Amino acid sequence: MKIIIAGDGKVGATLTRQFTAEDHDVTVIDSNASILDSSVERYDVISVQGNCASMSVLNQAGVKEADLLIAVTNHDEINLLCCTTAHSMNPKLHTIARIRNPEYNEQAYRMRDVFGLSLVINPENQAAIEIHRLLKYPGFLRRDTFAKGRTEIVELRVDALSKLCNVKLTDLKSIVKCKVLVCAVLRNGSAIAPGGDFILREGDRLFVTALSENLTTLLSSLGILTRPVRRVLICGGGMVGYYLAARLEREGVSVKIVEADRQRCQQLSALLPKTDIIHGDVSDQDLLLSEGMAQYDALVTCTGRDELNMIVSIYASNCGVPQVITRLSNADNRGLIDSLSLGSIICPKDLCSSNIARYVRAMKNQTGAALSVHAIADGQAEAMEFRVDEHTHHCGEPLKQIKLKPNVLLVSVAHGAAPEIANGDTMFQQGDIVLVVTNGREVLYQLNDIFA
Amino acid sequence: MNYKMMGRFTAQILFIEGIFLLPPLAISLFLAENAAIQGFLLTLAITAVLAAVLFLLCRDARNAFYATDGMVCVAFSWIVLSLIGALPFYFSGAIPKYIDAFFETVSGFTTTGASILTAVEPMAKGLLFWRSFTHWVGGMGVLVFLLAIAPAKGSEKGFTMHLLRAESPGPSVGKLVPKMRKTAGILYLMYIGLTVMDILLLLAGGMSLFEALCTAFGTAGTGGFGVKNDSIAGYSPYIQNVTTIFMLLFGVNFSCYYLLVMRQFKSVFKDEELRLYIAIVLVSIGLIVWNLWGFYPTAAETVRHAAFQVGSIITTTGYATTDFDLWPSFSKTILLCLMVVGACAGSTGGGIKVARVLLLFKSLKRNIAQMLHPRRVEQVRNNGAVVDERVIANTNAYLAAYVLIMFSSFIVISLDGFTTGTNFSAVLACLNNIGPGLEMVGPACNYAAFSGLSKLVLSLDMLLGRLEIFPLLVLISFQTWKNR
Repeated sequence: MKIIIAGDGKVGATLTRQFTAEDHDVTVIDSNASILDSSVERYDVISVQGNCASMSVLNQAGVKEADLLIAVTNHDEINLLCCTTAHSMNPKLHTIARIRNPEYNEQAYRMRDVFGLSLVINPENQAAIEIHRLLKYPGFLRRDTFAKGRTEIVELRVDALSKLCNVKLTDLKSIVKCKVLVCAVLRNGSAIAPGGDFILREGDRLFVTALSENLTTLLSSLGILTRPVRRVLICGGGMVGYYLAARLEREGVSVKIVEADRQRCQQLSALLPKTDIIHGDVSDQDLLLSEGMAQYDALVTCTGRDELNMIVSIYASNCGVPQVITRLSNADNRGLIDSLSLGSIICPKDLCSSNIARYVRAMKNQTGAALSVHAIADGQAEAMEFRVDEHTHHCGEPLKQIKLKPNVLLVSVAHGAAPEIANGDTMFQQGDIVLVVTNGREVLYQLNDIFA
Repeated sequence: MNYKMMGRFTAQILFIEGIFLLPPLAISLFLAENAAIQGFLLTLAITAVLAAVLFLLCRDARNAFYATDGMVCVAFSWIVLSLIGALPFYFSGAIPKYIDAFFETVSGFTTTGASILTAVEPMAKGLLFWRSFTHWVGGMGVLVFLLAIAPAKGSEKGFTMHLLRAESPGPSVGKLVPKMRKTAGILYLMYIGLTVMDILLLLAGGMSLFEALCTAFGTAGTGGFGVKNDSIAGYSPYIQNVTTIFMLLFGVNFSCYYLLVMRQFKSVFKDEELRLYIAIVLVSIGLIVWNLWGFYPTAAETVRHAAFQVGSIITTTGYATTDFDLWPSFSKTILLCLMVVGACAGSTGGGIKVARVLLLFKSLKRNIAQMLHPRRVEQVRNNGAVVDERVIANTNAYLAAYVLIMFSSFIVISLDGFTTGTNFSAVLACLNNIGPGLEMVGPACNYAAFSGLSKLVLSLDMLLGRLEIFPLLVLISFQTWKNR
């Protein structure tokens, strides 16, 4: 596919890396020549320097032959204008714009036909949604949802006191009292596809497939309290903080935001009537303690500074806050970050680019490509959903008779509305949706690629 | 420095060279030229063993690849290519001294066309084909070929850009389409297309297939090895004219042809480099015709010879239809100047390149304006777009390095005791990848008389000229190898 990426910032560069690896023809537009140079050096792309909202620059970038334009510059207005202009030059073009300003969020969605937008993405809002989902099930570091919300892959950490410590995988069923499948284990920073006699150790991170209805059973059988979150402390009143507080407020959760900028505090208090807004510096430990940090069910750090977020999260974990969520704008050094007790990590940039990547795969979906792709285990494995169609081999055969490629695991099958965690007797039929986990080294373009 | 990566890369290059050795071997087998067959087979065996050993040693190479690695790999692989490519001449006994065979092969791959052979015609046909084929391979570049056929995997690191930049001539190298592999493929397709057209037109002129192939290879790569002692002089005026046109066509930037195929005619005709190139060619032909008036019996013949020699020299091919060393001094001086200018950037020709000359003049003009008005701010433009200051700085550095290398080689060559004109034109002809110079290295003579040292220096000059100096300088620079 021919893809134009307007804006070569953090998200732009992540998308460039991803799409060149997936063998798309990528053209990058930016007004800064030296940033473009470094992209051309590192990736197999072509670059155009200039303002991406101008017709001549878009023309130079080949917008007339392109299939998709992604506008991810720093300015919402330029992104909108860029998509509108490009769409008028090539009506068949798909356009994706990043809109971050909450004031535009609503109208960008409602007026998407006028603006010529196919998709509006808001990384901060997505991060807030993701944090919100995590708060619903404290104990999971991460949740990825499949089969229209009925199947999940959740991430669990094995602590020293956990019931899972030193347990053989074959004995897992008797402990968790529901059907689950461990599809990957992260140990010392590298992903392992575990066999039956694999023994879990302290510090492992498990990626477990389970049905959504069984999540509560899973947590309670592991002895993790599933008391719903009632009180949340948000450090940093930026956009993520605002979106999250607005969501929690709607559910009746009691929220407190600590924000250092007085003016922003006033804005927030106008926008969020039920939320406590505290004007203060989150790096001040006395302030956090005096605001009763230890009594909160969860603490979310989402200031604009990664270092500050990390320090506050570590402090909160040490003070015994049950659930800690850290927002990082740069999570590239996952191996290093892993050794710190930061709780769950949310990276808006990665969320945003994986969302766009999902859209792109869906665009190609007519050819039987994946319905959705989620990178799990720090990007060392991929979970992909496929629909079984008339071209799929081995329909109606039990799984134990099908030979799959090494490093490919078929983890669940959804027959219409009824999902099932896969075992040896599972079969799939035309129209089913299957969930497959691979180590990301092998690219699966369609379902038949999983068979050996 | 990523040695294992370099090793694997060299193995790939050797593998490709092995494939390129097959067509000349087939010709020798067909004509039962025993000495040549023996030479080719021995070379193939050595190439295969070397490639296999390197590949096994460097299987587990990391893929990380940076600008330095790109330059070093390109320079190193060109040297290896020439060392191996010289073996068939040496093993078959056609060229008894290895240094001579090396000179001849470097001259082939760098599309120079400078020869140490006193008589070409008695040579085995397979070896002659290999000699001309090296021109064709070296013209567009072996690495560009590798990029076109290499599997897409491993290129995700984007290292390929470093390779293209190191091998393709010109002040700023860009891709035609986003994918490097497709870009390389398009370049080779256009190259093959033009070559086939040339071959067909030569065949139509009554040339034998073998001679048409060799002549077209020499024209396409802007090389200049002929299969006759008198180069192109013995052929009909039709063949000479076809060759003139194709030499000039291969001296044009290939991205112009891509734009033509994409139907963007306007940007082709507005291209400043192309306009200057055509202007230089026409003015030079005009001046030489005026200077030569009465030298040949008819006006048509004068124009034909002038056009052929101008095309041959400016595109740095080095074919000749007449001994231009006998021409009056003014005409020879013009040819000498054209040697330095060279062809367009992004073509198969050598020299400083018209694009660089254009940039140098523009930045000179700006510097003069700045001396008159010290506060004046001006950006150098090319085809309407602002040229990055780094490109201008690089171009100036290139000129400095070029002059430095030219004078050092000139001094070393002078040890052999030939005339100044011979030495100077020999260095120019090699550094700019032309082939024949003036006086003792003129079109009717050759380089056989030079000493071993001079041949080595001239071989180095040819490589420096073909790879545009910097990759080779990086390879021998101390900084590249310390603390790695």
